[in-house]
Amino acid sequence: MSGRVLVGVKRVIDYAVKIRVKPDKSGVVTDGVKHSMNPFCEIAVEEAVKLKEKKLIKEVVAVSCGPQQAQETIRTALAMGADRGIHVEVSGKDYDNLGPLHVSKIMAALAKKEEAQLVILGKQAIDDDCNQTGQMTAALLDWPQGTFASEVTLEGGKVKVVREIDGGLETVKINMPAVVTADLRLNTPRYATLPNIMKAKKKKIANVKPSELGVDLTSRLEVLRVDEPPQRQAGIKVETVDDLVGKLRETGSI
Amino acid sequence: MANPLRGEVIRLYKNLLYLGRDYPEGSAFFRERLKSAFMKNKDVTDPEHIKKLVGRGEFVIKELEALYFLKKYRAMKKRYYDPET
Repeated sequence: MSGRVLVGVKRVIDYAVKIRVKPDKSGVVTDGVKHSMNPFCEIAVEEAVKLKEKKLIKEVVAVSCGPQQAQETIRTALAMGADRGIHVEVSGKDYDNLGPLHVSKIMAALAKKEEAQLVILGKQAIDDDCNQTGQMTAALLDWPQGTFASEVTLEGGKVKVVREIDGGLETVKINMPAVVTADLRLNTPRYATLPNIMKAKKKKIANVKPSELGVDLTSRLEVLRVDEPPQRQAGIKVETVDDLVGKLRETGSI
Repeated sequence: MANPLRGEVIRLYKNLLYLGRDYPEGSAFFRERLKSAFMKNKDVTDPEHIKKLVGRGEFVIKELEALYFLKKYRAMKKRYYDPET
């Protein structure tokens, strides 16, 4: 067993930023907008670092696919406690078309190359909300998967994953190597503090091109249009109960 | 002012300033408060007292980290999970 864990981190528009759609409806405005690590990826990193602190694994490798700025996201993961980073450089048109399938192919190739024992990913990213990368990575590697994890325990060569499913929890035990995707309640991610960010600058980030991993980035999907969600109608104030009943009659609610 | 604790106080200030970048009311708002809080105690020379004040600063760091975590957690929960659960 290599004792190595691969963690995927995605750089997304910060959760607190109000998203604006480009006037030509081709996408959302990303220039000059604050970006940060996807919250679910933070949870994945925290879980890997926790496993390392318990000495159940030996090394945590943070992976991110994207342009130059993706290195900042890797740096945040390193500040949280990952040992080294791999930056898969994808930029320009390829980055605009980069989808879960490509990322899962990259993750699968890297998992094989690094002989990872476990791949931990966030269950979904808050920008495209795809929720597919973990599942497809597991499928491409033909590894078992524990998705929507709210509790992860390593037991010998197996992983016990408590999964969040509709109306309750499901516990599965899967063989390693495996793919785990983190749900919101898995843990509380630590904050990447300034001293830790400074220390993380000493850690290494390897640069890899998708072509070196044998991954083809041609997209089979075409984005036709991106629209804003419909605006919520403003409410009205009514003076009396009769007014209220009248209004409700008008709208056909009663 | 060659106080041996000078470095520690500056480090605390820098750490807080960094944390302030994510402050909900904006980093400018935070920086103003931070500066006035430090300036208020600029004449303190007693090492014991300075240590106590630095300790309070560390406490504020913990509180801020907890605040950011909760804010993000609540936002995620509101967006992705049922309002009842």
